[in-house]
Amino acid sequence: MIEQIIFYFFAAILIISASMVITVRNPVHAALFLVLSFFSSAAIWLLLEAEFLAITLVLVYVGAVMVLFLFVVMMLDINLAPLREGFTRYLPVGILVAVLMLLFMALIVSSDSFNLNQAEGIKHAADYSNTAELGLILYTEYLYPFEIAGAILLVAIIAAIALTMRKSKTLKTPKPEQQVAVKREDRVRLVKMESEKRDT
Amino acid sequence: MLMLTDVLVLAAILFCISVAGIFINRKNVIILLMCIELMLLSVNMNFIAFSHFHGDIRGQVFVFFILTVAAAESAIGLAILVVLFRKRKTINVADLDTLKG
Repeated sequence: MIEQIIFYFFAAILIISASMVITVRNPVHAALFLVLSFFSSAAIWLLLEAEFLAITLVLVYVGAVMVLFLFVVMMLDINLAPLREGFTRYLPVGILVAVLMLLFMALIVSSDSFNLNQAEGIKHAADYSNTAELGLILYTEYLYPFEIAGAILLVAIIAAIALTMRKSKTLKTPKPEQQVAVKREDRVRLVKMESEKRDT
Repeated sequence: MLMLTDVLVLAAILFCISVAGIFINRKNVIILLMCIELMLLSVNMNFIAFSHFHGDIRGQVFVFFILTVAAAESAIGLAILVVLFRKRKTINVADLDTLKG
């Protein structure tokens, strides 16, 4: 019973904050409401015994991705007025599509064909470690996909830096290929000089 | 007692909210990216719900990979957004018609 109360509490926060994300005027507020919805869904994931992923969601998403969003929103000097036009015009269409989709999904989920409402949650012992289980399967059965995920992150880093890097025209930097190609004869000149005669 | 149907309906509501967000915020690229993040979140919630109620940890492995790919996607998307704003001084989708598509 207490489980259900907690679930409905966080579900209500999640739905309200998600609808605020798509309706507020200011993108900074939208990003902050997105942070709130990530937090409440992390709480629901904790309830579903996915502790590692809940913490990962807070650390990676709230800590990195959402901060990146906020950074970009604040860095760009956006004129908000033209971005809001058509908001009321498309609102009925959007609500209609969303309600229809929700209707279909709810019909499928609540139908008896899939026996979804009879499934009971698996109860684990008190010393069950979600992180250990996840790590065990991630580093054995899913080792190659895990390495590919690392490669994807590396590609993302390189792509983001390469896209946004800007070379200034006035910046003076040494050219490494010229520096490497330099030979001794280019730099050092041996001069043979007669020693001066001292007057005595 | 928490049922599987509850979590699935919650994820469905979240997905529909983000679809409506894509419809009503079709001019603002930043909000569109946020709506995509919300969609991925609802899909992840489905994976975790099935993983919990069927007792199979592989669902959580998939959530892990989806999180990785989503983080990479949003990083590159925001980088493209920054470059776009530098070139065109706007992020309005209606103004991005250079390709005449």
